[in-house]
Amino acid sequence: MTREQKSLWLHAAVVLVLGALYFVLPEYHAGNLARIMVLAVYAMGYNLLFGYTGLLSLGHAMFFAAGMYGFGLAVNHGGLPAGAAVLIGIAATLVVSVVVGFLALRTRDVAFMIVMLMFAQTGYLIILYFGEFTRGDEGFVVQQAQRGLFGFDLSAQGIRYWAALILFSACLLGIAKGVNSRFGKALVAVRENEERARMLGYDTHRLKFLAVVLSGVLSGAAGAAYGLLFGYIGSTFATVQYSIFPLLWVLLGGAGTTLGPFVGVLFMFYLIDLSSFLTDAYMFIAGIALLLLTMFAPKGIVGQIRASRVPWLP
Amino acid sequence: MEFGPHLLLASLEGAVSAAVLALTAMGLSIVFGVMRIVNVAHGEFFMLGAVLAWWIASMIGAHPAVGFVVAIVIAPLAVGVIAAVADKVILQRIGYDPERTIVATIGLLYILQQAALMTFGPDARPVTPPFNQRIDLPWFEFTKNGLGLFWPWGLSITSYKLFVVLAAILILTGVWLLMTRTRFGLIMRATQQDREMSQAFGVPVDNVFAYVFGLGAALAAIGAVLVVPVQQAHYLMGHDPLLLSFIVVIIGGLGSLPGTVIAAVLIGMSDGIISVFFSPTLAKIVATMAVAMVLVFRPQGLVGKAAS
Repeated sequence: MTREQKSLWLHAAVVLVLGALYFVLPEYHAGNLARIMVLAVYAMGYNLLFGYTGLLSLGHAMFFAAGMYGFGLAVNHGGLPAGAAVLIGIAATLVVSVVVGFLALRTRDVAFMIVMLMFAQTGYLIILYFGEFTRGDEGFVVQQAQRGLFGFDLSAQGIRYWAALILFSACLLGIAKGVNSRFGKALVAVRENEERARMLGYDTHRLKFLAVVLSGVLSGAAGAAYGLLFGYIGSTFATVQYSIFPLLWVLLGGAGTTLGPFVGVLFMFYLIDLSSFLTDAYMFIAGIALLLLTMFAPKGIVGQIRASRVPWLP
Repeated sequence: MEFGPHLLLASLEGAVSAAVLALTAMGLSIVFGVMRIVNVAHGEFFMLGAVLAWWIASMIGAHPAVGFVVAIVIAPLAVGVIAAVADKVILQRIGYDPERTIVATIGLLYILQQAALMTFGPDARPVTPPFNQRIDLPWFEFTKNGLGLFWPWGLSITSYKLFVVLAAILILTGVWLLMTRTRFGLIMRATQQDREMSQAFGVPVDNVFAYVFGLGAALAAIGAVLVVPVQQAHYLMGHDPLLLSFIVVIIGGLGSLPGTVIAAVLIGMSDGIISVFFSPTLAKIVATMAVAMVLVFRPQGLVGKAAS
């Protein structure tokens, strides 16, 4: 088998196992898994920029929140059906990521991180400032009646799981295909050595811009899906914390691997879930995880497996 | 109150926040200047200083002035030691790689913040100022007899707030003397200019970095001890000083110390004044957006010179 075939089989197997798990898992864990799959889409969007293109962003919460609020406001104040509202959420993210990408990519390295942080902070404050529509800190709930798509009620446990799985699989297979394409390989070239990629004739600025936009739109799609499937829109999702989470997930799972983001979300979600009987301060666990990962395992779980055991791992 | 007295009052409040901000941002700026790393946990060292000050003051329990004096000596020292240890144990191991340092200090941020939540609790707690006389301030008006003074109601400042401004000026002068007139300052500046060359000349760079990181954190802690009698100690209070310090260091030009002071006064004053007259959220939106734009279009800062 070639590498591509092996990775295709692996991804298909992951999707099938996740589908089968629905019939095995108790309701509580199936609910968790639906949430994990949607957050994994967010992490995959982040991984595209951080893992493959080598740009560390500290502001992805603004993309997630743009998708989420684009959807939520369109449903609640625009009275649109859910399908159209999701498209509006994605369109909002597209606009935000094009503008942010255009401005922020004029900087590099540490300045890029801080600019992204500042933009995300501005986004968060704007949500608070227009509290009249967004209900500020409190957030708002999307009613069950407004969460139907193609005649399915997405607030129902089972349908929600399958919807999350479809979204997750589409993104996973799309990214697995994409990172093996010429475009994906060019992004990795930018990560490894931007000067050299430029010298070989690649327009590295354009590549980075496309990476920001793609990564932003994926994150926004995850945000809109999160709003649609779980019915709550809140400004917490726009805070710095939600910019740090995808970084943590991707670092934990393995940056620059297709399955790393999902593995990272899965582990972190259950780590926090299991530690909640020890302490309420779950960000303490997240902090320790971040610290230990950067110090001792910068490759993450999947990255480590690839480095030591299974060199073909995508 | 009329516009004039109101503006004076706003500027006085602005001066207090500018003084504290200058101290905090100076810590961040020294760390960035010498070590070339961005310390995201800087705000938590500020919070730690405030929490320790509350803890020391309530442990001693004697006259507030005694507690305050002990706190302003002990709290920055303790925070400095914690930071120096963190530098030795964490940052030195990852070789001060810029991106990994940011991730590691984010981890440190949450560890310190949540440790404070678990021990100190979620409540905001006040510290009694060592002295707190109200000083009424006059305003002038034109009468038939020429210029006259009167005392508008509400136009006043406390002696403690004046003390904060004076103390900040004194400490910043001390830092300046340390950087320019002492052997340690010379070693720091040498390390800043060329790390390898200093090491070749026998400067123990690793130890210097630990001291510098400790010094930066201690400056933030001093700012926090000074401000905690005016503003209560809380486990989330490190967030705003961190963002504002970033803003100051960026506007002042990364690593430029005089630029940092000028920018701190500018930002602190305008933040105080804008917050009095407009919505604080709007003030923050404008400030944050402006800083992002400065970084995008003038990365060397407003005061700094363009890189040749």
